[in-house]
This record gives sequence, C-alpha cells and structure tokens, in this order.
Amino acid sequence: MSSIAQKKGFGATIWDFMTTVDHKKIAILYLISGGFFFLVGGIEAMLIRIQLAKAGNDFLSAGTYNEIITMHGTTMIFLAAMPILLAFMNAIMPLQIGARDVAFPFLNSLGFWLFFFGGIFLNLSWFMGGAPDAGWTNYASLALASEGKGIDFYSLGLTISGFGTLIAGINFLVTIINMRAPGMTYMRMPLFTWTTFVASALILLAFPPLTVGLFFMVFDRMFDSNFFAVEMGGNTIIWEHLFWIFGHPEVYILILPAFGIFSEIFAIFSRKRLFGYTALVFATILIGFYGFMVWAHHMFTVGLGPTANAVFALATMIIAVPTGIKIFNWLLTIWGGNISFTVPMIYAVAFIPSFVAGGVTGVMQAIAPLDYQLHDSYFIVAHFHYVIVGGVVLAILAGTHLYWPKMFGTMLSEKLGKWTFWFFFIGFHLTFFIQHFLGLMGMPRRVYTFGADQGWDLFNAISSAGAVLMAIGIIILLVNVVMTTIKNERVGNDPWGDGRTLEWAIPSPPPFYNFAQTPLVRGLDTFWIEKMEGNKKGMIFAEPLGDIHMPNNSFIPFVISLGMFIASFGALYFLDDDKPWALPVLIIGLLITFGSMLVRSLKDDLGFHITKAELLEDAKGGKTDGH
Amino acid sequence: MDINQKYTPQSWPDHPETATMEGKNKFIGFWLLLAAETVTFASLFATYLALKDKGPSGMEFSAAGLFELPLVFAMTMILLTSSLTSVYAMYHMKNHNFKAMQAWLGITVLLGATFLGLEIYEFNHYVHLGFGFTNSAFSSAFYVLVGTHGAHVLFGLSWFIALMLRNAKRGLNMYNAPKFYLASLYWHFIDVVWVFIFTVVYLMGVIG
Amino acid sequence: MMKGIKKWRLFALMTTLLVFLAGCGREEISTLIPAGEVAQDQFNLLILSSIVMLFVIIVVSIIFVLAIVKFRRSKMGEDMIPEQVEGSARLEFLWTAVPIVLLLVLAVPTVYSTFDLADVSTMDVQAEDGTSTHLTVNVTAALYWWEFEYPEQGIVTAQELVVPTDERVYFNLISADIKHSFWIPSVGGKLDVNPENVNTFYLTFDQQSSELEDGVFYGKCAELCGPSHALMDFKVKSVDREEFDQWVTAMQEEEPAAVEGDLAQQGEELFGADGLACISCHATSGAGGTGGVGPNLATFGDRNRVAGYLEHNEESLKNWIEDPQEYKPGNLMPEAASLNDGEALSDQELDALAAYLMGLSVEE
Repeated sequence: MSSIAQKKGFGATIWDFMTTVDHKKIAILYLISGGFFFLVGGIEAMLIRIQLAKAGNDFLSAGTYNEIITMHGTTMIFLAAMPILLAFMNAIMPLQIGARDVAFPFLNSLGFWLFFFGGIFLNLSWFMGGAPDAGWTNYASLALASEGKGIDFYSLGLTISGFGTLIAGINFLVTIINMRAPGMTYMRMPLFTWTTFVASALILLAFPPLTVGLFFMVFDRMFDSNFFAVEMGGNTIIWEHLFWIFGHPEVYILILPAFGIFSEIFAIFSRKRLFGYTALVFATILIGFYGFMVWAHHMFTVGLGPTANAVFALATMIIAVPTGIKIFNWLLTIWGGNISFTVPMIYAVAFIPSFVAGGVTGVMQAIAPLDYQLHDSYFIVAHFHYVIVGGVVLAILAGTHLYWPKMFGTMLSEKLGKWTFWFFFIGFHLTFFIQHFLGLMGMPRRVYTFGADQGWDLFNAISSAGAVLMAIGIIILLVNVVMTTIKNERVGNDPWGDGRTLEWAIPSPPPFYNFAQTPLVRGLDTFWIEKMEGNKKGMIFAEPLGDIHMPNNSFIPFVISLGMFIASFGALYFLDDDKPWALPVLIIGLLITFGSMLVRSLKDDLGFHITKAELLEDAKGGKTDGH
Repeated sequence: MDINQKYTPQSWPDHPETATMEGKNKFIGFWLLLAAETVTFASLFATYLALKDKGPSGMEFSAAGLFELPLVFAMTMILLTSSLTSVYAMYHMKNHNFKAMQAWLGITVLLGATFLGLEIYEFNHYVHLGFGFTNSAFSSAFYVLVGTHGAHVLFGLSWFIALMLRNAKRGLNMYNAPKFYLASLYWHFIDVVWVFIFTVVYLMGVIG
Repeated sequence: MMKGIKKWRLFALMTTLLVFLAGCGREEISTLIPAGEVAQDQFNLLILSSIVMLFVIIVVSIIFVLAIVKFRRSKMGEDMIPEQVEGSARLEFLWTAVPIVLLLVLAVPTVYSTFDLADVSTMDVQAEDGTSTHLTVNVTAALYWWEFEYPEQGIVTAQELVVPTDERVYFNLISADIKHSFWIPSVGGKLDVNPENVNTFYLTFDQQSSELEDGVFYGKCAELCGPSHALMDFKVKSVDREEFDQWVTAMQEEEPAAVEGDLAQQGEELFGADGLACISCHATSGAGGTGGVGPNLATFGDRNRVAGYLEHNEESLKNWIEDPQEYKPGNLMPEAASLNDGEALSDQELDALAAYLMGLSVEE
C-alpha cells in the first residue's frame, strides 16, 4: 500500500495526478496551472505595455486591446493569483493544523478540476471567435452590446471555475473548524491558517453574488431576459452592485493569504514570535468583515447620491486601521529579531513599503470627492497594482521560495532568487509608480492609445520599460525552477533552519498521510517550542502509532468537471441555427456530469487503511529527517 | 466506521449525523453551503425588489394585478407540511426505525412533488396570460427567483428519492445517516426560502 | 570607472529633472493644474491626503529602515535567539489610535465635500422672469461622441462644449446607448453617464480656455465603452459671459448663414437630402432639440478637432468621411461609399464636402 517510495512511469504519474485526492498533490496541480495562467496573464500585460509604450501606437487594434486587458485582469485574478494562493493553502494549511488531509478530499479534487476546466474554457475564447472585451468588471451595458461569444465565454468559464473556488472555500473552513490536532486551539493557529480561514469565509459569502450576476448575464445574452436591458425596465447598476459585492471581498480573498504568508516569513526569518499575534488575528477578522461593507466605493461616480458616497467613504477609511495594525505588528516582529535575508525574507521586507504605498493611495481614493478625479484613471491602475503586485504577487513569489522545499523537497537557488527579486521589484516600481502621475495628468484607464498632444508619452515609455524588467525577473525564476528540479538536491524537514510551525516538523515533502501520529500541540509555534525544549522529534504525539484511515483516489472529479466543460460548449452555441451539433454536445456534457455524480453517490467509497506495520516500515525505509 | 456494522435502537447513537468524523465534516460543511445559498437567494431577492413592476413603457402586468393568493397559499401549506413530515422522518431516523423513516420521507416526497406540480401549473398559467420570461425586467426577475427555488425543490426531491432507493435494502448505518439528515436539512432550508418568497413576492406583491 | 559612475549620475539627475518638469502634465487636461472651483476643491483634498499619507509613509519607513539595519543576522550573530516578545498593549493602542485620528482629519472634509459637490439645489432657482439663474446643459453620450443641449436657450451642439466662466454650470448626464463617464480633468472630477438614469452635478470654469496653449480644455470618456473608448474625446471652450451670450444668439439663428463659394455650395448639395443625405443624421443648425443620430455640425468650422481627436484640417476631415471605421473603430457612421451607391467619393467631392463643413460657423 505504501506507494511513496516507488518509482513510477510517466503515464502512471499523470494518472496519479488526475485521480489524486491528496491535498499536497492537488496543491502542486494548483501551483502548476496557476503558474501557467500567470505566464499567460503576464504575456498579456507585456502586450498592453508594448501598445502603450508610445503615443498613437498601432501594435494592437482597438478591439484586440480591449480583449487583452479583459483577459489580463480576469486571468490574473481568477486563474493565477487565487489558484496559486489555493496551492499554498492546500499544501501548507492541513500540515500547520496537524491534519492528515482536508475535510473533503474528493471535493478538493473536484474544486481543482472545475477551476482548471473553467480557466481553459475561458482562454479557449482566443481561438474560438474572440475573447471577452468588456473589462474584467464586465459592466452590463457594454457586455450586452458586445458582439461575438467572448462575454459568454467569460460568464460560463467564471461560473464553472467559481464553483470550484467555492468548493475549496467550504472545504478549508470545515478542515480548520473540525480537523485541528489536539491542543491546536483557534488562538494557537499559525497566521497563515488564520488568513486561510478568513479568506475561505469570504469566498463562501462573496462568490454567490458573482454567480448570480453571471447567471443574469447569461440569461440576458442568451435567453433574452431583461435584467440589464434598460428599455425593458432592466437596470445595469444591479450588475455593478453584484459584481462589487463580490469584487471587493475578492481583493481581501487575495490579500489576506498574502498577509498570512508574510506573517510566517517575518516570524521565521526574524527568529522571533509574531508581535501582537492576537491583534494580528483580530485585524484579519476585521478586515474580512469590513470587506463586505465597502463595495460601493468602487461606484462613487455612479451617482448613488452623497449620503451613500459619504457612508461608504467613511467605512472604507476604517479599513486602514486594522491594516495599519498589521503593518506595525510586522515591523515590531522584525524589531529586536535576528534577521536572515533569505529570498522569502527579502520579498517580505520589500512588501512593507510597497504595500504601504498601495494602502495610502487606497485611503486617498476612499475620499469620495477626490475619487471623482482618481476613479477610472491611471491612478487607480497604479493603486491596485501596488496592492495586488506589491502585496499578493510578492507574497506568491515569497511563498514559492518559502514552501518550495516543503512541496517538492528541493530548494530554489537563493542566488537566482535574488536576481529575480531585484529585477521584479525595481521593474514593478518603475512600471507602476509613475502611473499615479499619469492618472493625475488626466489619463483614463483602459485606453488602447493616446495622442501625442496629451503629454503622457514619457511616463508611459518609462512604465513600459519597467514592465520589461519584471518580465526578465520572471524568466529568471523559471530558469531557477528548471535548474532546481534537474539538480534535485533533497532537503530535510526544516530546510530554513528556523521553522516554527508543524509543517517544518515533518519530512519534505511529507508522506501522503502527513503525520504517522497526530501531534499534540502545546502552544503557538509548536515546532519552535519543541525545538527550544530540545525535543529531537519536533513533536509530541497525541496518539500511539496505529492504523490510519485514508480516502481512495478517484477519477470522478475529473470526469464531472470534464462534463461541465463539454456542456459549456453546447450551451455556448446551441442557440445558433447553423450549429446543430451544439444541443447534443450540451446534453452529452450534462449526462457525463450528472452520470458521474450519480456513480459517486451510489458507489460507496469508504477509503482504505494504512496499517501500523506499513507505517513502521515507511519510517525505516530511508525517510530522512534531515538531521 | 464499518459500513456493515448492524445497529439496534439501543446501540444507535443519539446524534448519528455527527457521530463520525465524516458525519461531522459533512454537517459543518453543509451548514456553510447553506450560508452560501442564503447569500445567493439574498442576491436574487434584492434584484427582484429592484426590478419589481419594472418593464417597458405600457407594460400590462404588475405584481398587484397578476398574483392570486389562494393557489400560492395552498402551495405554501403543502410545502410547510412537507417540512413537518421530514421532521418526523428524522425523528424515526434518530430512533433507528428505518421503515417509519422511509414512510415519512415518502410522504415528504409526495407533498414536495405536489408543490412542484402546482408551481409548474402556476408558471404555465402566467405564460398563457402573456406574462412570459422575456416580457419585462419584472418577469425575468420573478421567474428566475421563483424558478431557482423550484430547481432547489426538484434537486431536494431527487436527493430524497436517490437516498431512499439506494438504501432501501441496507437500512440505516453510520455512513448514510448523515446523508439523510442533510437532505432533510436542505429541505427545511428550501421551505424557509419559500416563506420569504411567499411574503416578499406574493403577499407584498398583492398588497402593493 | 569613476567616470562611468559620474556619467550615470548626471544621466539620473537629468532624468529626474525631466520627470519632475513633466510631472504636472498639460494644463488642458491635468488634474494637477485645476482650472475650476470643483477641481480646486479636489486638488486641495489631494494635497491634504498626500500630506497625511506622507506622514504615515515616513513613520513606517523610519521604523522599517532602522529595523532591517539594526537587526541583521550579520550583526546579531548566527546562533543568537532573540527574546520571544508576545506584544505590547500600549503600542497596540498607540497604532490603533493614531491612525483613527489621522482618518478623522480626512473624514471631516470628505463628508463636507461629498455633500457640497453633490448640492444641485440651486439648479432650478428661477429669476423673476421665469428663466433659470444658472446655465444647465443636458449632456447625452453616445457611441463615441457627445451631444450638448442647452434647454433654456433652445440650442444644441456636439463634441465641443461652450460654457461661460466664473459661474456654476449644471449638467444633466444621460447615455443614449451604453454607459460612459463624463470627465473634464482640469475642471472637476467625473460622473458616470448611465443609460437608465439622469445624473446631475455642477462644475465651475474659472479660466478662459483661450488662455490655454491649445485653446480648449480636454474632456474624456472615463468608462470603457468599446473599441473607440480611448478616442471618445470632447473639447471645452470656456468664454466670458458676454461672449457666451453672443455665441448663444448666433446659435439660435434658425437659418444658417448662406454658403459662400462654388465648392462649398457643391458640398452643401452633396450633404443634403438629394446628395449623400448626410443631413438625415447630422443637423447643421444649432437651433433645435436633442436626440440627433449623429453629432450636430452647426459649429463644425469653429471646432478644435475633427471627430473629437483628429487635427482640425480638411485633410483629416476628408480621411474621416472616407473611412470613419479606420479612425474610430466601432463607431456608427457609415462609410461614404455606402451612401454613394457603393462608389468611393471622388477627390473633388471630398474637397467640396470639406469646404462646406469647414464653412459651418457661428463665430464671427
């Protein structure tokens, strides 16, 4: 039964990943596909910056440019940033709480495959008559007027991948509520687990409004309903509300796990307990809570009236307080610590000024009357790239370096990592800092070109130059990944040497059952406590060695998602008269999905047991603990 | 957990739905799913209220003129009763009385199917009056809100039926008890949503 | 080696200087050079918030730099284990309270200004003779052009807004198709132009546009509205009240001035119902109502740009007429050939049209 040590053929490995329900392998799937979409979104970003490098450029046509900005935003948010964060959540969170897997391993796999097929479906629009072109916000009046199938690709693709994300969110919530190891109280949970928890709660409550909005969009475009059809009594502002009730929490779904990763890094590489852990936890919860109260600050210029604008302006400003608390707690964590400037720590350190810059411009935009000038200008483009790139992407890069050994058992090169950092970091500020001024100089966002008479040439050229540096940084990272994988130098349990939480107490990568014996947690930073007390094993155990119950692999999640993927093509075309094949495709797809769901519910899947003898053998079988 | 373990009413736990780790996970997960469903319906309700009686100029239909309470009131009573019968079913589930549980679930399904039939009749009636889905923003919002609820009823019925058929021969065990429990929880949720639909769409619609 | 560094330094200095000089942008469009009371209020908020935020950044930066300089492992020693501090209630209170105070500093002017800028209560105040005391302009946005109706004056124009200086001008905004956003950066913030409701606000123009290098303020569409969103520009002429009144009177002339010159007359014929029937979409008289299919051309000869953004000369005008899709993809104006039984217009015809259109003027 113990299959970890066996060498497998390529086909068998692929099959293994297609059927796996192991959270660590699903994490790898998320990382690879999220990484792939990150590159796609990055190429789109480069095309944008090439087009805007000089006034009156005709590198891209107006229509293509709109498709590219739409896909850049959608891809980066839904298909790159969120999945990569989900990768880390999957890989690390169950380990941090001492669990053997997530609460619903089957659903975990289903969530991934839904996201994956939704993302592929969305991107296939490029080859099937044009991508969506109404911006990632897909405002209703423009979306309804948009010709071709692009918007339908957007609605259907995001619906499918949105279901996947929702499933992941529920799964993590239940895992954290129910599967913590003995002694792992809520207030002993590592901050990354906490942020995963709050972000998952946000996913749970934020995605349904988006799904509802997307359904309205599908109905309006395909079945002639009238939610957004103004002449039929519809109202396009409803879309804006639904989108931003989702969209604002979405920003926190991205940034909170990023905060979590940085919290771990600050503590590890300062060799110091997080300063004000309790405050950090409550700030996280508060940010999540406020996240739902401020959506209308994206709509200050819609004409909601001064009362609504004033209320939402004040509510928005309040968010600065818990965010500020976090920043100062991090600063005080490294204060008095013993800082080792490894690559993850460099990213974490660079994150502070970058994110503060993004945060303060956020407060400026909360000032509603000022926002009338800043809204939909390049100032806002600069602002959200400062928080998303300066916050989330830096966290993703940091997390990639930090958790690479735990996920793959090898260390990314520190030297190349630093090169990546410097290129990316300098390029990032060069690209986006100057865009604040472009916005103040009157440049609206989402313009495919600008005249030489507007006075924006120089700054745009500088911005484009910065983008090149960022691209070089990412290419170096890819080289780093390839070289590290080829070298394949295995590392031990705690490769950074200063790990504090449970994931660093077990091998890298961990065995598929994670913990042969469930650990007993005695406090915050439990691994650190055991280390300091000289416990060589790094853990004390809550149970004697015994049989472990594990779930079976399953191909069904893949098939369910594939069915949805196939059905989507049918749904896309079945109203077209010249495509008689579409209806059968829709039906076949739905049959595949529901048929496999039926199989799942009729066939009992009770899992299997790893026996004590196998565990003992495993422990002997050359599994190093690195020391 | 052993699926083949036989239980007697004496050895059957008080809360079979949360007696195992899997059961507990499902229990919490399902409540969370209901939270997401609540937000979904909240969005639909908000949209409905925003678009109520909105349509092209000269629109013929309004909520006050269209809805007729007697039929809807009957539907409400039927669905509320079905909620009650599913409570009886769960009572017998907890007492490990499989046959009684199946019987009460059967009644629940019958009532639910009646409700669904009446809803289809109601929709059909409106369409014949000329109040079609593409008629106005109001009609779209109405059909999508009430129709989404109807789809939930249909799913709930299918779930009950699938569970009853699948487990007809093997009786209750720790593996399927949580499933029965969650299906009935889902049914209650559907019922609560309907109470809101009855109030917000029909009562407030007729009153004005 | 040293020389290389010096050169690099000089280069860096020059670049910084250049960036600084360019930093405010053009006065026709920059929010940093406010030319109206609204923009000035918003600019003041920008400065106030920037100062507060700069304070935050400086505080954070000082702690940050000190921390990463003082507590590096190379200084602290490889094996040193720092004290595991849990936190400090006093500090926690401090960095909760101080930001709240800073936010209050921002919150008060925010709320005041939000209500102040939305106050259109004086819009309908009437003088004794029943006319409004303030100018109101109804703005209709359409796929890639702007119509400006002056309901009190009974005139309508397009693409170029003409307003009096030093008084409040009220705007009613509505879209004829999809959502746009009305923005004159140097005069005031934007307001969305929705298809389902009229949005109302006011702006004040404190500077005559003739003082500007280009003679007009630049207006923009700030909401993505399709392929030519970037080109959906309009221009604003702000003139003193007297000149504005003259302009209004000239616009109110029902009959446009007689066309002068053979070429222009030929152009007028082409433009008319018996020619290409351009006139079925484009009115040439400013006296009229709103709701034109295409922009009103009564002031065409006075304008600053062709199609909102092309240089104002016959060359661009002819190019535009020949192939509007080339210059504003997705706009609704038909190609000239399609109005001419599929045949492209001859150079002579184009010249005639251009001559006629350039002659349409209400200014002296």
